[in-house]
Amino acid sequence: MALANAQPAKHALRLAPTLVLIVLIAPVALGLALTLLPAFGYLPVLGGERLTLTYFAQLFATPGLSHSVAVSLLAGLLTPLCALSLVLLFLAGTAGTRLERWMRRLVAPLLAIPHAAAAFGLAFLIAPSGLFMRLISPQLNGLDSPPDVLIVNDYWGLTMSAGLIIKEIPFLLLMALAALPQIEPDKRVAIARSLGYRPTRAWLMTVVPALYPLIRLPVYAVIAFASATVDVSLILGPNLPYTLSVMVLQWFNDPDLSYRFVAAAGALLQLGVTIAALLLWRLIEALGAGLGRRWVSRGERGAGEAVLRVSGQLGVGLAVLVSVGGVLALLINSFAGFWRFPDNLPGAWTMQTWSRALGEIAQPLANTLLIALVSTALAIVMVLAVLESEQRAGRRLSPSMLLLYLPLLVPQIAFLFGLIVATEFLRWAPDIKLVIFAHLIFVLPYTFLTLAEAYRRLDPRWSQLAATLGASPWRIFWRVRMPLLLAPCLTAAAVAIAVSVSQYLATQLIGAGRVPSLTTEAVALASGGSRGIIAVWALLQALIPMLGFALALFLPRLLWRNRRGMRGLH
Amino acid sequence: MPRRMRGACSALLACLISLPASAATPEPAAWEQVLREARGQTVYFDAWAGDPQINSYIAWAAQQMQSLYGVEVTHVKLSDTAEGVSRVLAEKLAGNEREGTVDLLWVNGENFATMKGNGLLFGPWAEQLPNFALLDADRNPEMREDFTIAVEGYESPWTRSQLVFYYDSATVENPPRDMRELLQWTQSNRGQFTYPRPPVFLGSTFLKQALLELAVDSAPLYRPVEPEQFASITAPLWEFLDALHPQLLRAGRSFPGGGTELRRMMGDGEISLALSFSPAEANAGIMAGELPPTVRSYVPRGGSIGNVSFLAIPFNAQAKAGAMVLANFLLSVQAQAHAYDPQVMGSATVLSMAALSAAERALFEAIEPGPATLTPQALGNTLREPHPDWMDALERAWVERYGAR
Repeated sequence: MALANAQPAKHALRLAPTLVLIVLIAPVALGLALTLLPAFGYLPVLGGERLTLTYFAQLFATPGLSHSVAVSLLAGLLTPLCALSLVLLFLAGTAGTRLERWMRRLVAPLLAIPHAAAAFGLAFLIAPSGLFMRLISPQLNGLDSPPDVLIVNDYWGLTMSAGLIIKEIPFLLLMALAALPQIEPDKRVAIARSLGYRPTRAWLMTVVPALYPLIRLPVYAVIAFASATVDVSLILGPNLPYTLSVMVLQWFNDPDLSYRFVAAAGALLQLGVTIAALLLWRLIEALGAGLGRRWVSRGERGAGEAVLRVSGQLGVGLAVLVSVGGVLALLINSFAGFWRFPDNLPGAWTMQTWSRALGEIAQPLANTLLIALVSTALAIVMVLAVLESEQRAGRRLSPSMLLLYLPLLVPQIAFLFGLIVATEFLRWAPDIKLVIFAHLIFVLPYTFLTLAEAYRRLDPRWSQLAATLGASPWRIFWRVRMPLLLAPCLTAAAVAIAVSVSQYLATQLIGAGRVPSLTTEAVALASGGSRGIIAVWALLQALIPMLGFALALFLPRLLWRNRRGMRGLH
Repeated sequence: MPRRMRGACSALLACLISLPASAATPEPAAWEQVLREARGQTVYFDAWAGDPQINSYIAWAAQQMQSLYGVEVTHVKLSDTAEGVSRVLAEKLAGNEREGTVDLLWVNGENFATMKGNGLLFGPWAEQLPNFALLDADRNPEMREDFTIAVEGYESPWTRSQLVFYYDSATVENPPRDMRELLQWTQSNRGQFTYPRPPVFLGSTFLKQALLELAVDSAPLYRPVEPEQFASITAPLWEFLDALHPQLLRAGRSFPGGGTELRRMMGDGEISLALSFSPAEANAGIMAGELPPTVRSYVPRGGSIGNVSFLAIPFNAQAKAGAMVLANFLLSVQAQAHAYDPQVMGSATVLSMAALSAAERALFEAIEPGPATLTPQALGNTLREPHPDWMDALERAWVERYGAR
C-alpha cells in the first residue's frame, strides 16, 4: 500500500472513535432534548411557551400508571434474570458436550427471528385458540370452543416477559459463546475438578465470575429493551392498563395534540424506569456476587449437580421448543384456510395469502435489503476503524466510548419524535438515506457489542510476527487480521442485519412512511390483518436475517475450505 | 454548513412566531389548470393500511390515476392515522411550509377536528371539485359535517361507514336488537360477546352507540361536552357497562385490540356476536375464509351510528393539484361503483343515487351484494356522530373506570 495513501488514512483512523461517537450521540442527544422539552411545557407551535410541571401532574394522575410502571420494571428485571440464569446453567451443564455444539448452530437461526415475529408466533401457539389448544382439543380436554382464559395480555405481563425471555436467551447465549474463549473455561474447570468439584458446579464457580463482566453490557441492553419494548408489549403485553412504553406511544398519537406534553413527560418517566431497572439490577448483581462467594467458600461438593445440570437444559430446551413451535404455528397459519375450532388442523389449505403477499413484496423487500446492507456495511467499517485505532494506540479506549451503547440504553420512544423534528429543522428530506442513518444509530452499537471482544482477544503475536517480517500496519490489517477475523465479522454483520430488519419506529417515523420495509408492511397489515396475513409477513420478516446468519455460518467454510486451521479457529 | 444552519435558525424563528400557512396555489374552480398542473406529480396518499381489500383498491386507483391523468400515486401505509397527523405537526413545528411529505390524508372525526383547529389543513377546495355535485350535498348534510364539525371544504368525502353487528346464524337464533337486549343476551350467553378496548375507534363507537340508546336525551351529545353535566348524562352508560362487563369474554379483564381481532375471535368460535364499522366486513370475512358462511349482519332496532370518512390535503402538501385530482377521481361514478363491489371493497357509496343518470345508477344496480352484506335499505336509520368532544371524554372516562384494575 502506497505511503502517500497511508498518511491521511492514519489520521482518519485516529479520529475514528470521536467521529463515530459524534455520529451516534448527536442524534440521540438532540432527539432527547427536543422530545423532553415539551415535558416541561415547552412546545411553541402548540402554544407551550412557559416552563411548567403541570404535565407531570397530569401524567401521575393517569389511572393505572403505577401498575404500568410496575409491569415495565418487572419485565425489565424478570427477562434478564431468567434468560441469564438459564444461559449460564445451560453452558455450565453442557460445556464440551454434543448438546453445546448443537446449540451453537441453533443459536443463530433463533436469534434471526425478529421480536415481533417471535411474539406473534408465541401468541399463535399458546392463546386459548392457539395451535397448542387446537392440537389437544377436543380429544384430550373435550372442549369444542376455546376456553375463556386470560393467557396472552395477562395483567402482570408474564406472557410478555416469557416472550422476551425466549428471544433474549439466544442473544445472551451468542454473546457468552463469543466471550468464553478468552477466559479459557477448560483450564478453570480443570482446576476446580482437580479439587473434587463436579463439572457443572465447577463451571459455575470458576467460569461465571470471569464471564459475567464480559457480557454485562449485553445484559444491560436486554434490561433496557425489556423495560421499554413497544412491539412485544403490543402483541403480548397487558392492555388494562398498557405498559408504560405503549401508553407513551399512544399519547404521542393522540388526536388531542395537547397530549404531546404528557407523552413527553411519559417518555422521561420511561427513561427513569429503564434507569431504575438498571440500578436495581446492580443490586441484584451485588446480591448474586455475595451469595456466590458464600456458596463457593462453603466448599460443598456433594448433591445438586444433577438438578443444576438438568434445570439449565430443561429451561433452554423449553425456550427452543417454544420458539420452534411458534414458527410452526406461523407456518401453519400462513397456509390455513378456514380453521374452525376445535379442528386439530385447518379444514382447508390455501396459497392465497402467500401469493397476495408475494405480489406486493418487491418494493419493501428491495428497501429492506438496501437499508440493512448499507447500514450494516457502514457499521462494520466504523466499528473496525474504532477497534483498529484502539489496537494501534495499544490501549483500551477511554471510558467515554461506553457512550457508544447509549442508543441501546435510551428507550427509542424517548428520542425518536424529537429526532423527526430535528431532521425537519435541518430540512433533510425523509428518504432512504435518512432511514439508513437512523438504522445506523441502532445497528452500530450491536455491531460493536458483537465484534469488540473477538477483535480484542485476537492473539497479538500474529500481528507482531507480521510486523517483524516488515509488513505495514495496513498490510497487517488486510492480510492478517481481516482473514483471521472473517467469521466474527460475518456474525456481527448478521446480527446487524437482523437489528436493521426489525426496526419499525425508526423506519416508519424517520422515513415518513415513504420508505416501506418488510417490517412496516407487516405492522401496517397486522393492525387489521387476519392471522394468515400476520403469519406470512412475520415469516417474510424473519427470512432476511435467517439468510444473513446462514451466510455468516457457511461463507467462512466455503472460503477456507482448503485451510482446516482457519475453520477450526472459531 | 452555514447555509444549513441559517435555514435551521429561520425555521426556528418561523416556528416561534407561528406564521399562518401559505395561501392556496392550485385553484380547483379552474379544473383544466389543475389537471395540467397535476400531470407528472407524485401524490403521497397517507391511508390506514390494515385492510388488504382497501390496499388493493388504492393500488387499483393508483393505476387508473396514472393512465387517466398521468399522476403517480404512492400509498403511504399507516397503521394509525395519527402517524400522518404527527408527521404534519412535526413539519409545522419546524416551519416546513411547502415541502410537506403528506399530500392526501384519509381522515375524519377527532383527527380532522384537530388538524382544522391547528391550521394543519389546506383549503377550502373540496366543494369546487367537479364530482362534488354527485353528492347532492344540499340534501345530504352529512357530506358537509364531520362529527358535527363543519367541513367547510377542507376535506372531500370518500366512503360511508356504519356500525353493524354480526353473528353466527348457526348458533344464535335471535340476536339482541338493542342495548338492553344485549345485556340480557350476554347474561344467558356468558363470554360470547366483547368489544374493542377504547380508544380503539370501534370500541369508542360502541360506547357512543350505547350512550345514544341509553341517554335520557341525546341532544346534549351533539354539542361540546359540558363538564358539569357529563356525569349525569353518562350515568346510564356506566350502569349498563358495569353490568355488562362481567358477562363479556374474559369477564372484561382484557379487551381485543380492534375489529380484526374480534373477527378472528368470531372465526375461532370464541364469541358468537361481534360488531364492525363496515357493513361489508362479515361478507369479506366469509369470502376470505376467516368466518363461517353462516355469519349474518344486522343493524340495531333504533338504527346505528354512521359517518362519512374524508380525504384532506395538509397545508404544506407539495402535490396539491395531484391530490385534488385523486380526491375527485375517488368521487367518480367509476371509482365509487368499483368500491361498492363486494369482491373489491363492498363499501357503501357516498354518491347520491338521485344525482346520477340512469346509466350511472345501473352500474351500481348491476352489482350483487354478498349474503352477509346489508343493502342500503337494511342499514335503516343512520344515527349522526356526536360532537368529537364526546368521543374524547367517553374514552378518557372509560379508561379511568375500567382501564386500570
